[in-house]
Parts: sequence; structure tokens; C-alpha cells
Amino acid sequence: MKRFAGLAIGVLALCAIVVADNALLINGAGATFPYPIYSKWFDVYHTKNPNIQFNYQSIGSGGGIKQITEGTVDFGASDGPMNDDQLKAFQDKRGTAILHFPAVLGADVPTYNLSGVNGALNFTPDALAGIFLGKVTKWNDPAIASANKGANLPATDIVVVHRSDGSGTTYIWTDYLSKISDEWKTKVGKGTSVNWPVGLGGKGNEGVTGLIKQTPNSIGYVELIYAVQNNIPYGTVKNSSGAFVKADLVSVTAAAAGAAKSMPDDFRVSITDAPGKTAYPISSFTWLLIPQKFQDGAKRDAIKGFLKWMLNEGQDSVEALSYAKLPKEVVEKEKKAINNIQ
Amino acid sequence: MATTATTLKNAGPATGSRSFFAKLRDGDEIARLVTLLFATTVVLITVGLVWELWVNSVLPRQKFGLHFFVTSVWDPIMDQFGALPFIYGTMVTSAVALLIAVPFGIGAAIFLAELAPPRVSDTLQFFIDLLAAVPSVIYGLLGVFIVVPLVRTLIYPALNNPFGYLPIFKGPSYGVGFITAGIVLAIMVIPYIISVSREVLLSVPRDQREAALALGSTRWESTWKVVVPFAKTGIMGSIFLALARALGETMAVTMVIGNTPKIAASLFAPGYSIAAVIANEFTEATGDLYLQSLIALGLVLFLLTFVLNGLARILIVITTQKGSEVRG
Repeated sequence: MKRFAGLAIGVLALCAIVVADNALLINGAGATFPYPIYSKWFDVYHTKNPNIQFNYQSIGSGGGIKQITEGTVDFGASDGPMNDDQLKAFQDKRGTAILHFPAVLGADVPTYNLSGVNGALNFTPDALAGIFLGKVTKWNDPAIASANKGANLPATDIVVVHRSDGSGTTYIWTDYLSKISDEWKTKVGKGTSVNWPVGLGGKGNEGVTGLIKQTPNSIGYVELIYAVQNNIPYGTVKNSSGAFVKADLVSVTAAAAGAAKSMPDDFRVSITDAPGKTAYPISSFTWLLIPQKFQDGAKRDAIKGFLKWMLNEGQDSVEALSYAKLPKEVVEKEKKAINNIQ
Repeated sequence: MATTATTLKNAGPATGSRSFFAKLRDGDEIARLVTLLFATTVVLITVGLVWELWVNSVLPRQKFGLHFFVTSVWDPIMDQFGALPFIYGTMVTSAVALLIAVPFGIGAAIFLAELAPPRVSDTLQFFIDLLAAVPSVIYGLLGVFIVVPLVRTLIYPALNNPFGYLPIFKGPSYGVGFITAGIVLAIMVIPYIISVSREVLLSVPRDQREAALALGSTRWESTWKVVVPFAKTGIMGSIFLALARALGETMAVTMVIGNTPKIAASLFAPGYSIAAVIANEFTEATGDLYLQSLIALGLVLFLLTFVLNGLARILIVITTQKGSEVRG
């Protein structure tokens, strides 16, 4: 009898594996920044649709673009949109186009270690560009002081801290600097890693934060979510309307809404320095990369179903994880774009 | 049994008097083939590694050629890649590490092997082995929270005030930099040097010590002039093991070196190392030339280790010949 029970359990376990195997597995890879919300979404979606299972590897945006181009995954994810060369490479290799779907929003904030300064410092675009180009070298430089009347700024050297690892955070930061400073655009440019004119490199948000905490008179940038979750104080940034805006979920969504009017049909748009009085200027989408044509009809339908869910119910759960929601205009436009997937 | 003994005596190379199958049955041949397989695997892995690195770094070789080794711009946006700052950083941090770790490690090993009571020696050895097994990220944290502030507040003033006119101690200190990485690396490799050197010193025959003492030398003289030279080869081996570890260390270095691809004479300046830049930029490297340049850096690190190991072997041969002359 005992032996029979053992056998029965074995058979049941086997059945369970077979059932789990029967769920349609959809593989994706890419950006690390949205990984927490993606894994939550995929988990919730799987409980609602047990026959569909998403498997997401957060290997970095560059890796995500590479894998989807090679066709080793069903979808990719990236913090920066694919450039024209990458689009062409995808078209050549896969014989179809790749579609960008904004999933959530993120932002970068300037954070600093300056003793004797209470409250958030205000940064103008000129001040940020000057500091990161190595031209503004003292904390009491007029470029910083003019926007911070009354703050007790010391005459000490500024120590710049940036990310040493390639990351979407750096992409957003350098994309912003490229927009507001021609010198930055020609000398440095934008990318996940750049040739920094000045500064120390820290690995990851935690590495940058660690260096800033350890180094007096330093300034750097981290992801908004990281700053919020770790209670790191950060400064405000002057937007294109001339207002100093502190980054939060509302001001980041406002930046996306400001850019929505001029949103191109392929969603490959940078929303740094976006118009709008309340828009936070160093914001960005993070994208899901979906091939336009699928060989496998079941996978196509599953991905389309997920995208619809993500744009409706999915958006309600993003703020709990400190991501900013997509604005309504963008959601509506994306819903139409889902129909392009064949 | 007797037959086995005789065949063993006759057993030369594989062409013995017995048939291949007989040996196979005895297990000799199986053992030989299996161990041979394992030994060749090591060679195959090395060859495969170099091959992979070589074929995947074609683009930078074509575009930059040997300039790759001598230019110092690393700009992924403009597609300009030069390995010099990374080679420099790797060598400087390893050199600083060995400068600190070698006297420290060998001194400790001499104490443990020659001077300490056996019980103390064994207990300390236990802790040293424990240190050798600590993951490098822990040493990185130790670096960030203890060595970095120490360098900025203590070591920098101590060296910069009196010796600030020397290029190697010039300039400001951010806490992170070559010297910080060197110190952290030294802390990491000291256990290796102690552990291996102690074993080597312990294995020096008793006769050597007794002979020296009998000739009227003091205990320290017998240790320093007889035992240590006798163990020289093994101690050298421990140093090269330490060097290999220092050259390839990634995590702990990237946390404290400052990650700035610049060549600076000052030890307090921030720098970069080969292993650190690969770890930092590999995942987000888009573009073939960029990725292949990182792989080329891997090849450079491999070559660097290879060359330094070769030099080390030559050094061993030279010094041991001298040593044997002294002993002989």
C-alpha cells in the first residue's frame, strides 16, 4: 500500500511538471531598471492566465537589443530606444520590423554631499552641464549660486561622480545634457557609457551613492526610484518652462504628457527637457521591444494580450513600486499600436 | 599478485609486453586514459579560451592594430578605444599590492613556521585560510567603508605633507584611487602568501636548521640565511599566485579604484583596471566594435598574465640556481 502511495505521488508530481510545461513560455531579456515591475507584472499575469508564462532575464539594455536581434528571445526591453542602425540590423536579420512599446517611466536626480547646506539645491541646466563638463569647478560658482540665493555654498572643489557600468541611467542623464548643452553634445554625446570629461565612477546606483556619501563636496546622479527608496536627498532641476521642479511620480508623468503631443508613431522619443510647467526634465520611458511579425500565432496572441493588460490594469500597480505611470495620451496611442503586431 | 609485480617492473611506456586489453582489464590503462583526458582538458580549455578571445576581437585589431595598446582614449560614443590606461592601472595596483603584501606575508609566514609555538601557528593558520576564502565583494566593502576614509584622512596627509613634491604623492585625494585599490588587493593576497609560504617553510628538512645551529648561528640567522633560501622557490611561487590574483581581481578593485580611464603618476589619483572595465561595461556594450574592444581587453589581460608568469619562471630559474650554489 505504501509503495502504491509513493507511486501515486510520483505520478502526480510528474503530471504537475507536464502541466507546468504546457503553459506557453515566452522569453524576454533586457533592461535592469524596470526589472522589479516587469517581474511583478509577469507574476500577476501568470496567476490570471495560468497557461501563459513570461520569463524575463534582466541582462541589460544592450544585451536585450542583441538577443532580440539574434532571435534568441521573443521580446526585448531597453531603457534607450534602438537607433537607426540597430533597427536596420533587426530588419535585415529577422525580415520584419521591431516595435517600441513604452512600459513605465523613470527619471534621474542630482544628489550631492555638501555639509552646511540644508534643503534641496536648485540646479539650472547650465550649472549641470558646466559641472559635468568640468568647467564649473567650485561650489560657489555663480552658475550654481545664482539659483540658490541664501544657501551657504562653500568655495571648495566639486567632485563629480558618475556611473562606471553601462546603464540606462547614464543614457538618460547624458541624453539630457546633450539636449541642453551643445558643447556636451559635440564633445561627449549620449549613451549607456560615455567618455566622461571629469569625475569618479561608481558601480551601480549603490556605488554612486556610496562614493557621494564618502566624498565631501561631491555631486552625482542616481535613479529616482533608488533615491526615493533609500531616502537620499536630491536637488531640483530647472525645466524648459523656467520652473525648478523636484522629481516625483507626478512631475515625471507630466514630462511624458508634455511630450505626448509630439509623440512619433514608433514611440522612439526622448522626453528629457520636455515642455510643460510641471514637467521634470530628466525623465525617460523604458521600452518593451516587440517584433512586428510572429511565426508562432500563440505567442503573438499572448504578447498582445499582455500588452493590453499592461496598459490597463498593469499601470495601476506601478506607483506602489515608485515607477511613474504612463500618461493617458500615450496609453491610448499604444493601444492602437498593438494592432500592428501580426 | 606476483605477475602484476613483475609486469609493473617491466612496465615502460604503453608498449609493454602485455596486450592492451590485459592492461585495460587490470585498470592500469583505464587510469592512464582517464588521467590523460583530464590533463588534456586543461590544455584544451586554455587553447579554447585564447581562440575565443582572438576570433571575437577581430574588429579592434583591424581598426586600431597595435595602437590599441598605446592610445588612452576610451570613448564608446565616438568608437575610439585604447587599452593603455587599463593596462597601466592593472599593473600599478598589482605592484602596490605586492610591495605591501610580500614583506608582510613572508614575515608572517616566517613567524608562523619558525618562531611561533605550534598551537598558536595552527590556530592562526585556520584564520588565514578563512581569510583566503572570503568573497572579494566583502573585501570591496571593507575597502569602501574602511580603507577609503583611511586613505583620505590618514594616509594621504601622512604621505602628501612630507613627500608631496614627489609625483607619485602629488595632487588631491578622493579616497579612491590606485593606492586604495593596491591596499585592498594587498589585504586580499596576503593570506595566499602566508599560507603557501608557511607550508614551504615547514617542509624544509630539520637537518638544515640543525646544521646551521650546530655551526653556531643564532636562531634568526639559521632562519634567514638557511631556511628561507632553501624555501625560496616555494615562496616565489606564493608571490606569483598572489600576483595572478591581484591582476585578475575585479569586484573589489572596481569598488575602490575610482573607475576613471586616465593615466596619472600620482598613486592618489583615480584609475581603472582591465578586469574592472570589462565587468562594468560588458552587459551594456552595444555595437560590435565596442563589445569586441572589451574582449580584446580580456585578451590583453590574458597576455599580461602570461608574460608576467613567464618572467616569473625565468626569475625562479635564475634565483634558484644562485640559491643552489650557495647551498651547494
